[in-house]
This record gives sequence, structure tokens and C-alpha cells, in this order.
Amino acid sequence: MSETPSKYQKQQEQQSEALKPNTSAPDFTLHSKPGESVSLSQYHGRPTILAFYPADFSPVCGDQLTLYNEVLPEFDKFNAQLIGISVDGVWSHLAFSKDRKLRFPILSDFEPKGEVARNYGVYRKQDGMAERALFVIDKDGIIRWSYVSPIGVNPGAEGILKALESISGSR
Amino acid sequence: METDTVKLTLPVGQRDHIQGLITAPVTLVEYGDYECPYCGNAYPIVKQVQKNLGNKLRFIFRNFPITQIHPHAQHAAEAAESAAPQNKFWEMHDYLYEHQQALDDNHLEKYASKLGLDIIKFNHDMTSHAYAQRVREDFLSGVRSGVNGTPTFYINGIRYNGSWDLETLLKTLRSRFN
Repeated sequence: MSETPSKYQKQQEQQSEALKPNTSAPDFTLHSKPGESVSLSQYHGRPTILAFYPADFSPVCGDQLTLYNEVLPEFDKFNAQLIGISVDGVWSHLAFSKDRKLRFPILSDFEPKGEVARNYGVYRKQDGMAERALFVIDKDGIIRWSYVSPIGVNPGAEGILKALESISGSR
Repeated sequence: METDTVKLTLPVGQRDHIQGLITAPVTLVEYGDYECPYCGNAYPIVKQVQKNLGNKLRFIFRNFPITQIHPHAQHAAEAAESAAPQNKFWEMHDYLYEHQQALDDNHLEKYASKLGLDIIKFNHDMTSHAYAQRVREDFLSGVRSGVNGTPTFYINGIRYNGSWDLETLLKTLRSRFN
């Protein structure tokens, strides 16, 4: 039993795990723009893609969200709504969104900082930002696929499309 | 994990623009955007690699325009595709990368003239967007193959995640000869 405390400690140091498929997706309401907010529940009835990312304007996520922006018509085929989430404030989001011409909402997990990321098990406490994590949620609000990418690696869109296909039963 | 081995889902075939022999031991596929500065940097490197490896390398270019941040990328891609039926795909591909700073429609038409294309046919293909669908097919094949930015390279059907500076790329390609 003398080993138990150190084992326990190790557990504590590890990142909390991302919510797994077949878990109910925790609802949230976050600001999308100054004075405007978005709730997950408002998308019930259609699939939702949550893309947590570390920060606006960091080079990799620029690529990642820019890529998703181009792939949007494919997500539309599944009637799926894409939502980006980071801990950045709304004004940063506004500038970032404008710069990359994003055509989907990006939300501010700003106050309390990272709360939504924590609820999904994808908050990097040591860095104070979200993991680069993806969740595909079905029309009933159940997580059907989740993936945490190494922080510096753009995970691309293929996993999302596969998950959407499997939900819709095509392919 | 998904980041280890990522495969090209659309194999190289009839629909592709190919430089080099089918018997070449190494096939390099690039997904690129004519307006992307990184692709612009990669262009002379690929040329040099082709020069050094000669018949041992087959090179394929597919379109991956990031249209929301590169306003001219889609039309530039269509211009290269419109040059293809007139047997000038590679000439246009090269010309576009050598003139990346001027890719608006007027310049595209000028380049087509310069390359000796039938300009009536070219303009018709451009205004009717005859090759827009093909460009999108390229793009989607890239998305399904794990392209996550431009340029993305595939060596013998596997995504290359390493650095594409001349030395590293040459070394990697040479290592695949057997």
C-alpha cells in the first residue's frame, strides 16, 4: 500500500481524458461575438462538430480552421454545424475570424477560463489553453467520435468526415 | 494513430498530370495552391529534385486551393487545368508559380497568350468554369487523404510529414529507391 500515494500522484499529473463516444455532450453557452452567444443545445436536431484549439493566430490552428473553412460544404452535406472553441476573448476571435474569413462561429471559453474545455476533458492546465481536440456530436447530443491531436499537429478533416458518415449510416 | 501513416486515398491514375515514367521507383504527389507562398517556396525545390533524380522519379501535382484566404487560387488552378487539354498543363503550372504575385484573371489570360494557348478556347473554359469540378475533386481527394495544409507531399502513396528542404527531400526520396 505504500506505493499507492505515488501512483495516485501520477494520476493527478496526467491530463484529464477527453470525453468518449456514447457520452452525453455537456451543454454550454459561450460568447461568439461581443454581445452575442451560442449554446450547444440550439443545434440539437443536427450533428455538431466541436473543434477545440489552443489559440487564435497560432500557425497550425490557422491552417486547421482555414482548412475546415474550405471543407464546410462537405460538412453541410451532413447538415452538420461546425463550432470552433478556444480560450481567447471575443475581440481576438473577431480579428482572427475576419483575417481568415471564417464562415462558422468561434466561441470564447474565456470566463471562467477553459470551463467548457475542462468539461470535455481537453484543458491543458499547464498551458492555460485547450487541447487540439475534436468532437462529433449527433443530433441527439451524444458524442459519437472524439480525437485529441498532438498539440502541434493539424489533425485535418478526414476523421470528422468519417464520423459524420458513420452517424448518417452512409458508406 | 491517425498521425502515423496517412495514405493517399485516390491512387495516381489516368486523370492525373504526371511528369516522369510509370516505371519510376518513386512517385511524389504534391497537393498545392498556386497562391500559397509555401508552395511557391517548394516549387524550385521540386524542380531541383526532379533534375537530380531524373528517370527515378515520377511527379504528380494536384490542386488544393485554399480559396477563402487566397482569392486567386481557384481561378489559377482552373487556368492550369484549362491549359491541360491544350497540352500545356506543366507550362502553365510553372508559369503560375513563377508569377505568384500576379494571379488575377487579367494576368491569367495574359499568361495563356504567352504560352501560345488557343485563347478563345481558354477563355471559354475559364468563364464556363469547365474545370472547377475537377479542381474540387482534387481538393476533396486531398481532404480524404489527410492533407492538412499546403504543400502536402505523398511519397509512394504515404503522406510525407518531414521537412521538404532540398537536402532532406532528396535524401528521403533516394532512400525509397529499393
